Amino acid sequence: MSAMFDIAIIGGGLAGCSTALHARLKGASVILFERGRCGGQASGVNYGGVRQQGRHPAELSLSRRSRTIWGSLQQLIGTDCEFAATGHLKLARTDVDMEDLIAHQALLGEHGIHADILDARDLTRRFPYLSGRYAGGSYCGEDGQANPRLVAPAFAKAARALGVVIRENCKIAVAEQAENGFVIRPADGSPAISARRLINTAGAWGAEVAAMFGDVVKETVMAPNMCVTEPIPPLIGPNLGICGGSIYIRQAAHGSVIFGAGLGVADAQALRARPLAEVTLEAAAAAVEMVPHLRNVLLLRSWTGIEGRMPDGLPVLGASPTVEGLFHAFGFSGHGFQLGPAVGAVLAELSLDGDTPTSISGLAMDRFAPFAVPAP
Amino acid sequence: MSTTAVIIGAGPAGMAAAEMLVHAGLHPTVLDEGGQPGGQIFRKPQAQLQRPLEKLYGFDAARARRVNATFASLRSKIDYRPGIQVWAVGNEILHLIDDSGSSVQAWTHLIVAPGAMDRIAPVRGWTAVGLYSLGGAQIALKAEAAVIGRRVIFAGSGPLLYLVAYQYAEAGVDVAAVLETGHPFAQIARLPALLSGGRLFARGLYYMAALRKRGIPILTGVRLQEVIRDSDDRVTALSFRHRGMEQVESCDAVALGHGLRSETQLADLLDIEFSFDAVQRQWLPKTDQDGRSTASNIYLAGDGLSIRGSEIAEASGRLAASALLHDIGLPAPSKVERDRRTMRSAARFREALERTFAYPHEEVAALPDDVVVCRCEGLSAGAIRQTVERCGEADINRVKAFCRVGMGRCQGRLCGAAAAEIVAAASGTTIESVGRMRGQAPIKPIPLAELVRSRP
Repeated sequence: MSAMFDIAIIGGGLAGCSTALHARLKGASVILFERGRCGGQASGVNYGGVRQQGRHPAELSLSRRSRTIWGSLQQLIGTDCEFAATGHLKLARTDVDMEDLIAHQALLGEHGIHADILDARDLTRRFPYLSGRYAGGSYCGEDGQANPRLVAPAFAKAARALGVVIRENCKIAVAEQAENGFVIRPADGSPAISARRLINTAGAWGAEVAAMFGDVVKETVMAPNMCVTEPIPPLIGPNLGICGGSIYIRQAAHGSVIFGAGLGVADAQALRARPLAEVTLEAAAAAVEMVPHLRNVLLLRSWTGIEGRMPDGLPVLGASPTVEGLFHAFGFSGHGFQLGPAVGAVLAELSLDGDTPTSISGLAMDRFAPFAVPAP
Repeated sequence: MSTTAVIIGAGPAGMAAAEMLVHAGLHPTVLDEGGQPGGQIFRKPQAQLQRPLEKLYGFDAARARRVNATFASLRSKIDYRPGIQVWAVGNEILHLIDDSGSSVQAWTHLIVAPGAMDRIAPVRGWTAVGLYSLGGAQIALKAEAAVIGRRVIFAGSGPLLYLVAYQYAEAGVDVAAVLETGHPFAQIARLPALLSGGRLFARGLYYMAALRKRGIPILTGVRLQEVIRDSDDRVTALSFRHRGMEQVESCDAVALGHGLRSETQLADLLDIEFSFDAVQRQWLPKTDQDGRSTASNIYLAGDGLSIRGSEIAEASGRLAASALLHDIGLPAPSKVERDRRTMRSAARFREALERTFAYPHEEVAALPDDVVVCRCEGLSAGAIRQTVERCGEADINRVKAFCRVGMGRCQGRLCGAAAAEIVAAASGTTIESVGRMRGQAPIKPIPLAELVRSRP
């Protein structure tokens, strides 16, 4: 008879590692399976933006909750993962963009998130390094940035310290329903594991895991094309974005300027992704257009990682529409990093308490219709 | 399908390959990071600093003359593109950057011969002003007709140490000492293999004799201790242990180098498989005996494939070109067997050299905690060890992700060898199992302005 865990998690990205920690903190016995290394895919190689503003209304409650956790990482996992509330400045090119920002400011307000609307003069005064081509912007002071390479491993380490079993380099051959829950069989032939509840946080491979249970949704992959420069003296301050999302730039405390625009190429089956030189060229141009000072700064590296994308650009989060005890969180579509900590808290609540105070109704899997009909 | 042959690198390997392709009727494109063909070994001064080839290259003057003549005869039959860098690769496309911006180069067959760079074993104070890599010190002399100091110590290991010290002495510089960390004459067992180097081995002895004749001390089995600096962080002396005695030698510059390491980032970006070379303690691209890589239509040659010196590089360039010609159905030239023999017989000499002038990996692994290893990120040996301990990691890419080692301007090209030794020792694993730092575009740092200007 194999061991019976309260919770088994497939996928050691930030969502999975946070779920492991939060479920353990609620007293559950937890095992987590990760095919490679924790945080080795999208969670570890993303841009590192921690922002609430600019999100779809369906994500805002979750994002708000996550921001609270970001602010208490030190207490929760013993390290702040270089999280800094540097602010997030979303720029507007046109007056139409400005109207959108003003409407969004009201929406943020409903969720208790404060943002300031800035006009062109404010921008010049507060952020003189920006090229003067913007109509204005929206500044959310409590948003910021963190070092993505550190976060998922830090959650994993904290979870492990509390007794969570974390199996890295352990691919799952099959996961299936059993009498009292689920059986998970590792591909390496090690003994099967039983668990009362199963949580699927398999990122770009989430739909693959869901399909093992007949929860069929369409998930594609994307590979955000990221670039980093040599360290320069403090210049930028807030995490920068723009209406339309064509370029995003932040300066880490260390001095490097990280920016992204467009997509590289990803092959989910081969577990490979690579940036595209053509996209890097365009990103460099867009970065210099926004912050002209970057002209004379050296580009050091480009990279990307494999991220899952849902057809509507919003993640799947919640209980399986068909299988009792199964929960999904995947397909974060390029903006899951900030959400990750709260996703774990919410999944722990859903799976152990049956409910969560955080509103996630807009992220349920059954929004995709017709649901659970296997693809022809 | 027509063949578009592209050669990356115009050193001895790249030029030899180009020559062979031209003789077979192809019109290869040769991409040269340098401004003139010849690679690092036959690097030429700017016109106004021109000196006789004998002065520049010593024993290699005749080869330099031949390389120049070969290039002159090929000039109209190749598309030679100087001053251009391959910064990224795509699908049968190379992304290039030069003074006029960026461009792309398509290829159907690719010969990769990017050469090598200095291999450095850090020592306390090695980031001081006035400390240069050995190769850098030589380039200064060859290309700029400049020297790195008035009183210079040459420290490290390998044949290049004696050659550059000799060249500096010839140029009138006060060479304070040559400090060899290896024990070149201690292992009689290696003598036969070393003697198989024939001419090359004899040259080494000649340089040593010439240095001794000038009264320049050559000490072997030296353990470097510290580069001593003044308050402006300028080199003032080098302290070391020799035969159990602590010594301090004053100088105003140090040239430091422990042999060479292959430039392998391009091969990595091209998805070529690597294997670990236990003698060179480096991951190197996998090829067959002629330089065919594991990726179709990509061939490797020269020191970028394995450190074997410039004469072997020529043979390996010809072999790579022959392999390419064979693969596109053209007759293989007659020299192939001879070049293969050259490669095989040289292998023994090169291995003996590498073992004789080994990278001081035990010293590096035991560097005191406060010694800087990754200068771009300001990381000490202790910081790297702490990361290994704190995270329980023994994979060099994970350690890089957690503490930034190798993330700076050098991209790990300079610090990678030492960092890997420290990670291996700290985690109690082998140098092989820590893996290799992944290559990432751009291959060398590029100002954003150059990328931006390139846009059509």
